[in-house]
This record gives sequence, structure tokens and C-alpha cells, in this order.
Amino acid sequence: MPKAPDLAVNFAGIRSPNPFWLASAPPTNCGEQIMRAFDAGWGGAVWKTIGEPIVNVSSRYSSIDWNGQRMMGLNNIELISDRPLEVNLREIADVKKRYPKNAIIASLMVESKREAWHTVVAQAEDAGADGLELNFGCPHGMSERGMGSAVGQVPEYTEMITTWVKEKARTPVIVKLTPNISDIRVIARAAKRGGADAVSAINTINSITGIDLDTLIPRPNVDGKSSHGGYCGPAVKPIALNMVQQVAGDAETGGLPISGIGGIATWKDAAEFILLGCGTVQICTAAMHYGYRIVEDMIDGLANWMEEKNYASIEDFRGLAVPKVTEWKHLNLNYKIVAHIDEAKCIGCELCYIACWDGAHQCIYLDRVSGPVDGPVDLHTKPASIEAATRTTITVTPIPKLDAHAAASNGKNATPLARIPRIDETECVGCNLCSLVCPVENCITMVEVATGAKPETWAERTAAGDCKPPALTQH
Amino acid sequence: MRQSEEIAERFPDLHPPFEAQAAIAESNRCLNCFDAPCMAACPTHIDVPRFIGKIARDNLRGSALTILDANVLGASCSRACPVEVLCEGACVLHRYNKKPIEIARLQRFAMDSFQAAGGTLLRKSQEEHPEKIACIGAGPASLACAAELRQRGFQVTVFERRPLPGGLNTYGVAEYKLPARASLEEIELIRGLGVEFRYETEIRTRQDLEQLERTFDRLFIGVGLGAAHRLGIPGDDHRDVIDALRFIARYKTSDPPPIAESVAVIGAGNTAIDAANAARRLGASNVAILYRRAERHMSAFAFEYEHAKQEGVRFLWRVMPVRIHSDEHGIRSIECVQAAVGEDGVLAAVSGSNFHFDCQQIIYAIGQSPLLELLSACRGLELSHGRVAVDRATGATSNPKYFAGGDCVNGGREVVDAVADGKRAGVAIAQAFEAAHA
Repeated sequence: MPKAPDLAVNFAGIRSPNPFWLASAPPTNCGEQIMRAFDAGWGGAVWKTIGEPIVNVSSRYSSIDWNGQRMMGLNNIELISDRPLEVNLREIADVKKRYPKNAIIASLMVESKREAWHTVVAQAEDAGADGLELNFGCPHGMSERGMGSAVGQVPEYTEMITTWVKEKARTPVIVKLTPNISDIRVIARAAKRGGADAVSAINTINSITGIDLDTLIPRPNVDGKSSHGGYCGPAVKPIALNMVQQVAGDAETGGLPISGIGGIATWKDAAEFILLGCGTVQICTAAMHYGYRIVEDMIDGLANWMEEKNYASIEDFRGLAVPKVTEWKHLNLNYKIVAHIDEAKCIGCELCYIACWDGAHQCIYLDRVSGPVDGPVDLHTKPASIEAATRTTITVTPIPKLDAHAAASNGKNATPLARIPRIDETECVGCNLCSLVCPVENCITMVEVATGAKPETWAERTAAGDCKPPALTQH
Repeated sequence: MRQSEEIAERFPDLHPPFEAQAAIAESNRCLNCFDAPCMAACPTHIDVPRFIGKIARDNLRGSALTILDANVLGASCSRACPVEVLCEGACVLHRYNKKPIEIARLQRFAMDSFQAAGGTLLRKSQEEHPEKIACIGAGPASLACAAELRQRGFQVTVFERRPLPGGLNTYGVAEYKLPARASLEEIELIRGLGVEFRYETEIRTRQDLEQLERTFDRLFIGVGLGAAHRLGIPGDDHRDVIDALRFIARYKTSDPPPIAESVAVIGAGNTAIDAANAARRLGASNVAILYRRAERHMSAFAFEYEHAKQEGVRFLWRVMPVRIHSDEHGIRSIECVQAAVGEDGVLAAVSGSNFHFDCQQIIYAIGQSPLLELLSACRGLELSHGRVAVDRATGATSNPKYFAGGDCVNGGREVVDAVADGKRAGVAIAQAFEAAHA
């Protein structure tokens, strides 16, 4: 029997039984919560940012629902911990004593003074923290006071404060990066120059989630006014993956450990962040939505996938997708795929048809006819005339006895041939749109077509020195 | 209209309304098919994905108006339609995760919200036209025709022989599907457009029609069907031998009728099932449907048959009533014989198979006759098998002044078929006049 995969990680020197950490946020507000989280299976927790206690407002959160699902995206205007520093430190010591194998990372934010940082670093480490995460990312409230993203948006400040922390720290230092900048690599490089042992990315994104259309007050409503918040949850995952890839693929910061954050809710999300180089992943919104119990399937699902793929440890697959992201100019221009519809699976919704006509390249047709072979075929019937024809059809309710339903020729409930779209492969550009809108798994697949041409990238095509488009160079 | 609380209690909604959040969740399951099969399957071609999408996007007024634009009786159709063989039967999800979208309940949700918000029907033209149209009968066909014409600015009067409008919508659809109250509320919207209603005004004779012809430019015949076929066996004139439609009309619009312990229902169509279910709900402990042919020949929809079985209705197949026995206390039994199909294909009694089904009431639902007296009073109106012959696309009859639709044309189908007929006729009448004005 094969050995079960080992999910334990050593992240920049911080040991954790698995790569799943709770991000610095409401789920890690106090020791009681974090102990329950560890009981549920979480490998580590980044303590809700400690510093000088603040005062919060109510309300604090707002969200985006999508297609009937709650909280596709979550926004908050909550500040760092509102509990006294001594209480947080005492609880860190208490939890560490009871859960020595789990990772506790203290998230820190104090005013931009060397002494202040030296003090809080010593306090956190004395309490027993396994590592430190510098909160240079909080985009709301704290940034107005010169902290959080006010630091993380300026490379010089990031480097300076990281340097101060490293002067004092005995445990690994993680710099948490804000996405609210034009190029995240600039800040990641600054953190590395300051001596950071790792980075975590991304913090929340500046956002206004919406406006109440009755009161005209944006959400969340604090006595008639709102303020921009930090956006997270499933909606931000693609943005986070891109930023993680940028740091992982950068010549200067490549190899710097990354703790991935941003919309991770399932083991698959986690696997994707790890494939782009992350050593651990941090979760917040999903735990706020469903509770600590979600970690069970994160561990189980990831372990099952690793076993299926023969990965014995996280290191076995970490970063494998990094070299598979490249610049556009290095993509093969002579690779051709076309869409293929599996007629047996097609349910006749015709979403691919309308998507191709209105949103892509007009190469899907509804012209499969069951009439005579030499009968009239209208090859280019457009969407509007198809709908108009249906509206003018006279339809009546079938009566079982009188209207013995002309059963579809290809079986009960089968899709009528006329509703199964046809793809003109000579016109198909292989854009994927039809396969993306098709609700049936594996009904539309993209199939490679041999072009006979050998692979060639834009970079290669223009390497000869003249950068003119191919149509001109052929003359 | 009188309706007791008892009826409301005994006939709760068969398909209860959606709560708002459940409606949004269900509406988000809809794939929003292009040229959707549900829309094609609906006789009135309601743009189903469009109205469902509007529920999902919290545009309830737009959703209701999308429905009403295609089908002015969208509320009653959402409750009365046999959607299993219409929109929901056509849903592509039968071929995928197998559970179709609950289109009818979503439609009802949109229509209920519209009613609750005090919505009113929109005019399709602000112009007023002088032409007058009479709609004979206030059932679904006439109501749809009248609404379409009034929305386009024509002057419409509806003549109804009964005290309430709605035809079978008010008097004939099982209360657990469509309460009479809901039918009347929906018709109030049509009245709100300025359609004039004259109740308890029966149009029956050639003189009645000639009088209308002098006042009105066009006449729409939406009179439905006439008297119920009688059993035609000895004893069928007993007062406890009841016409199913009268029985249903009575419990829907007045006090619950007294019901016997044991009831025989003759016939196996949808009306017979409605009557049998009603007899059960009104308190009969033993209700049986007696049908002269086999299960597979019944004209009721399969889901109606299943529903009746759940209500506790028994079915006796291949049974022909021959005589009703009664004494001074009332009916004692109905005597029947077993029926078999002979070699000539004709149904015949099996000799010596007589038996008695003990019952105190007999409800019959074996079809209705056409209203031949009225229809033959219309000059130049061509009939075919007792039905008015029309051009299906316009409802035009052989007499250019007359249009027709609904059961008197199709022999008895669904509310939604009548609405589609009435609307097509309304559009055709309006377009001819509009072209003349242009």
C-alpha cells in the first residue's frame, strides 16, 4: 500500500503540519478561536494584526452575491485588533504552549518608528510566535494614519521597516504585500532587499462593493456614510494568482518563499497557488462564510489528489506551473484548435450558438436539417430570424389521446437534431468561448488540428530585426 | 361571490408559492437557452428565459410585464397550465441534471409580486380608435382578445351569461390550482384597461346576434362548449346525478355542496379527475372513477392520474354504467358491466358481468356538446364537427365580421390555448383596422 502523502511544510523555517493557514483576520482574533481552528485541522494561523489597539465602527462588512450564491466577494472596513496588546500576547503564549506543533505567526503593525517596531517584534517573539508577518497591506483606515498599505505602496518605506524588523527578529519575517499598486514586483524586491525571509500575497483590494438603490448609501453603511474597504473572497482569486506568479517568476524575487492569499476556498484553489510557487496558503473569507470545518476537505482533497498524481510531499509539485506562464510573445502562433460538439451530450440550449454569433466569430450554425438531402438549406440564418420564427409558430397543448406525440426520432427526451449546433471548423479560431458557456461537461471540447507548420512565436517571427506584422513581411 | 373558509382550508395550493430567496435560487438555475424550447412549447410563447432572468436580477416588474406582454392571463396560466407537457416538459435540463426549472412557480412568483405591488396592465398604443368589438363569453379566449384590442386602443365590450367573468378559469379549474378569487383579481386588471363587461347577458339567438352586429364592427366568439353529455342510462335524471362542471363551479363559487359517503365519477378526463379529487377533499371517503376503457386510453394527463391516486381516488377500468338504482332515501348504487373490445374493435358489454358499485352520488364528466344553437345562428359561419372553422393564425371565420377562438374552435383544450387563440384574433382584428387608419 502506498504511503499517504505528507502535507507537512517548512516555510522559510516555520514548520507546519499542513500548508493551510488562517489569514490574519476576524477568524484569528483571539486564542479561543485559534485553538478551535487547530482542533479542526488548520496547520497554522496568522494572528489578527496586533499593535496599538484601535476603535472599530459598525457595520464593517459588505459582500457581492452572484447568481443566487452568497459572498462571491467580501469587503471589510475593520481595522487591526481592538484588544489590548498584553491580552493578545498572553493568549499567543497560551496557545503556543497548548499547540506546540501548529504554526503561530504574529501579524504586526505599529507606527513607522524603529523603536516601536523593535519593541513589538520582541514582545511577539517573547510570547512564542513562530514567525512574524508585517502588515504593509491593510488598505483602509490604518493607511490614513501612515501605516498598512501606506507603507506597502512605497518601496523605500517597505525596505526600511523590513530592515528595522530584521535587526531585531530571531524568527522568520514575512512581508505581506498589497495589490493596490501598479507592479507588485517592485514592493516584493524592496522587501527582499530589506531582508525579508518570505512574502505573503495578496492583501485585500481597494473596493466599494455596491450601493443601496433605495437609500443611495454605499455598503457597508455606517450611519449614512461608507468608506472604501478591502476586497477578498472567490472573486479575487485570479488577480491573486497573477500577482503570485509575478513574484515567483521574477528574476530578483524568484525563490523567495510565498504564502499565497486571495480567494482560496477549496483544495483545488490551494493546489493552484502551490503550483505557482506558494509554500503555504492563507484562507479567510471561506472560513468566515462556513467556519473552520472547511479545512477538513482542503486537507482530504489535496491529499487524495497528491496520491493520485504520485506526489509524496508539497515540495514535489510546488512551483511546477511557474515555468508554464510566459510572455505572450513566446506563445506558438502555429498552434490551432477548433471546437467539437459531442452530439450525444448536447442538450440543445444553443448557448454556444448565440455566444459565437454575438460574442465571438460567427462560426456556429443551426442548420442541421432532417429533411430531404437536396431540400433548401438556409446556411446563414441569423439569431434574430430564428427567434422570430419560433414566436410565430402555432403551438397547442398536446392531449395524450389525440396528439400521440411524434416521438423524437432519436429517442425519448433526446435533443432534436435541429437544435444541435454545427461548428464550421474552417472558420473556427479556437477561442474557447463556446466550450466555456456550454453547461454540459465535456460536450464541447477543443481539438487540436495539425497545421503542418512548425512552432513559431511572435518573438521568433520578429527576431530577424524588422518588427513588421507578418502580412507585410511576406511581400 | 361567496366562498367559505372551509373551501380555502380543504383546497390549499397544490404548488405553494415561492419565497423570494427560493425564487432567486431557482431562477438562477435557468440556463437562459437561446431560442428556448420552453418558449416554443408555450402556446402563447412567453419568453421564459427573459422573465426568469429578470427575477434573478431583481427586476420583478419587468418580469411580470414580460409575461403579460405575451399572455395577459399569465397569473392563471402559471397555476392552471399542465406545464409537464408544455414549458417544463420542454426544458433542456431533462436531458442534463434531469430536474426542469420550475417555470410555473416562478411565473406565479412574478405575477403575485406584480399584483401585490398594485401593478396595472400597459397600453400598447396611446391612440384611441372608434371601432367597437364585442366579445361573446368572458372566458380566457375572449379575455385575451379583449385585452389585446383594448391595449391597442379599440372599444371592447364583453358579454357573459353568468354573474362572474372568467369562464372555466373562475368556475372550472380545481380550487387547489386556481382559486376563483385569483381568477377574478386577474380579470380586474383587464377591466382596469377600460374593457366593458356585461354580466348575465346571454347571447343565444339570431336576433341577439343581429343586434350586436348593428352596434359592433367585429364579433369575437369565445363561448366555449355547451351542455355536458348525459349518461343516457335509466335513473340518470336523479337529483344526485351531477354534472362535474356544475359540481366544481358550485364548490368554487358558493357554499360547499353536501357530499355523500361514497361517490362514483364517470369518465377519465382531466375534469373527471378534478371532480373526483374535489369529492375526496369535501369529505367523501370512497371515491372511484369508472371508465369504460383501459388505463392507457384515459384522456387525463399522466400527472393528473398520479395526483388523483395520491388523493385517494380509486380507478375501475373497462366498466360501463347501465342503470342507476335509487329508493326514497336516494341513490343506492350504480349498476355496471365489464366492457371488452370485440374482434370488430368495438367496445361491448361482457354478458353476465353485471355488478353494483354502492354510492349515493354520481358525478359525470364524459364531455360537452358544442353550443350549436348559438353557432348555427351566426350567418355564414362554417362549422366543422361542431366546431367553428377558423384560420389558425388569425382566428378569422368564414364570416368576415366574426372571429373565434378557445374551446368552441379547438373542441376543448387548455386555458393557455384559449389565450393564444384570443390574442391572435385580437392582433388580427387590430392590425386590419390599424392598416385602414394608416
